[in-house]
Amino acid sequence: MEKVLMKGNEAIAEAAINARCLHFFGYPITPQTEIAAYMSRRLPKLGGVYLQAESEIASINMVLGAAAAGARIMTSSSSPGISLMSEGISYIAGCDLPCVIVNIQRGGPGLGGIQPSQADYFQATRSSGHGDFHSIVLAPNSVQEMADLTGVAFDLADKYRMPAMILGDGILGQMMEPVTLDGIGEPVTYDKPWATTGTRGAREHNIINSLILKPEGLEQSNFKRFERYAIIKREEQLHEEYLTDDADIIIAAYGAASRVSKNAIKMVRERGIKAGLIRPITLWPFPAEAFAKFADRVKGFISVEMSMGQLIDDVKLSTGQKRPVTLCARTGGMVHTPEEIAKKIMAADKGEWQ
Amino acid sequence: MSKRADVETKILIAGFGGQGILFAGKFLAYIGLLNGRQVSWLPSYGPEMRGGTASCSVVISNGPIGSPIVNNPHYLIVMNTPSLVRYEPDVTPGGLIFADNALITRKVERKDVQAFYIPATSLADEMGLKNLANMIILGAFIKRAGICAYDDFAPALDKTVPPRRKNLIDANLKALETGYSYD
Repeated sequence: MEKVLMKGNEAIAEAAINARCLHFFGYPITPQTEIAAYMSRRLPKLGGVYLQAESEIASINMVLGAAAAGARIMTSSSSPGISLMSEGISYIAGCDLPCVIVNIQRGGPGLGGIQPSQADYFQATRSSGHGDFHSIVLAPNSVQEMADLTGVAFDLADKYRMPAMILGDGILGQMMEPVTLDGIGEPVTYDKPWATTGTRGAREHNIINSLILKPEGLEQSNFKRFERYAIIKREEQLHEEYLTDDADIIIAAYGAASRVSKNAIKMVRERGIKAGLIRPITLWPFPAEAFAKFADRVKGFISVEMSMGQLIDDVKLSTGQKRPVTLCARTGGMVHTPEEIAKKIMAADKGEWQ
Repeated sequence: MSKRADVETKILIAGFGGQGILFAGKFLAYIGLLNGRQVSWLPSYGPEMRGGTASCSVVISNGPIGSPIVNNPHYLIVMNTPSLVRYEPDVTPGGLIFADNALITRKVERKDVQAFYIPATSLADEMGLKNLANMIILGAFIKRAGICAYDDFAPALDKTVPPRRKNLIDANLKALETGYSYD
């Protein structure tokens, strides 16, 4: 298939359908509305269900129900809507159910604004709700990756029976780039013997529930979940390295900020400054090993993020604070210029790590 | 378009919402795509689209595109006065500005850029090409910037115009041609 121009939001929707997600529950919010709009056009024709719920709270609980019945299921929203979904995401994690949640981030806190942001990093990577749990968090930086990682998200969610989140932003959702779904291939399917599909009198009831009143039982259930998390941390880290071979300054950036960072790196390399980029593609599990291996050989790290210092914590944790880690932040819907990142790199090159 | 691997062509198109700014940008992106280039298209989105300026960043490149945001365009195409006022200072020195002087009352003030004035909106009215001033000014831009050959127009339009609007392709071609041959 030839490449076509698509918005990032549309690429996610098409890739979800390609991954046999035929059910979608959601509620419109800028800048992710094209996902819901695309699903509303396509799913009824494919024999699926598109439903615009009365709120994000209703959407996420419909997702829980569909996931419990074994369906591949997705919802999408933007920052304030994801906050409303927090309780439901925690219940989904507590029930060990797979689903895909898309967050096309906008500026916050509160109702904030509608311009691109990365300020939901903590919410996504620590836990998007109460209790001890994680979601797998994938961070695309191009329209092609919006499509590719949507397939990966469904696969990982089913494989580990947990929520997977695509963490994008307003730029990635709204921009168009050439994209093809050819390389993605047939989706992997998983048996779901735990799903509540009706016993037909032939088996015991499957019960899906997150209420475990006995603390001993709840603790064991959490221990088991964290054994799975340990496997994920070991096996599922994804990242990209750009001009890191000879680098003595490493930029950490994901999503849209990583693209602007590449422009800045090109600019400073013309002046002979050896800067490179490590771009986390999974934000949880964080690609800690990729950063750790540079901690002994570079002058330091710069976290370029559209938030006030969230990604930087993971850079510090994974490099053991062996080298200085400094912050280059924009927030509230503002996006870095390549020049301001280049300035930060040039200052760091002179030993100024403030 | 330059064949050098490291050259990115950065274009900013701006005007009022409803003038077809985003469509013109998408057409341009398809021109690049059909010529085997990397392309990105990024619209302004939000309240400013309703009544104020709408804008659209297009990057055409031979290599992978970093930021899709065009802060300092090589080419600025403007279809209203507020857009010229807002973006003229950002144009790269030596860059080209294309202004619809049927709607824009003032001149380009900078001396380190080249200005072209095309009365696209009047030409569209005269020729019965309603709402196609965007493609007229784009045709003029494509010619002077050497973006592509005239023969590339039809295939790119075929990609850009949605299937149910294919009857509009001829008018779009005529508008592009009008701009392309405007002196």
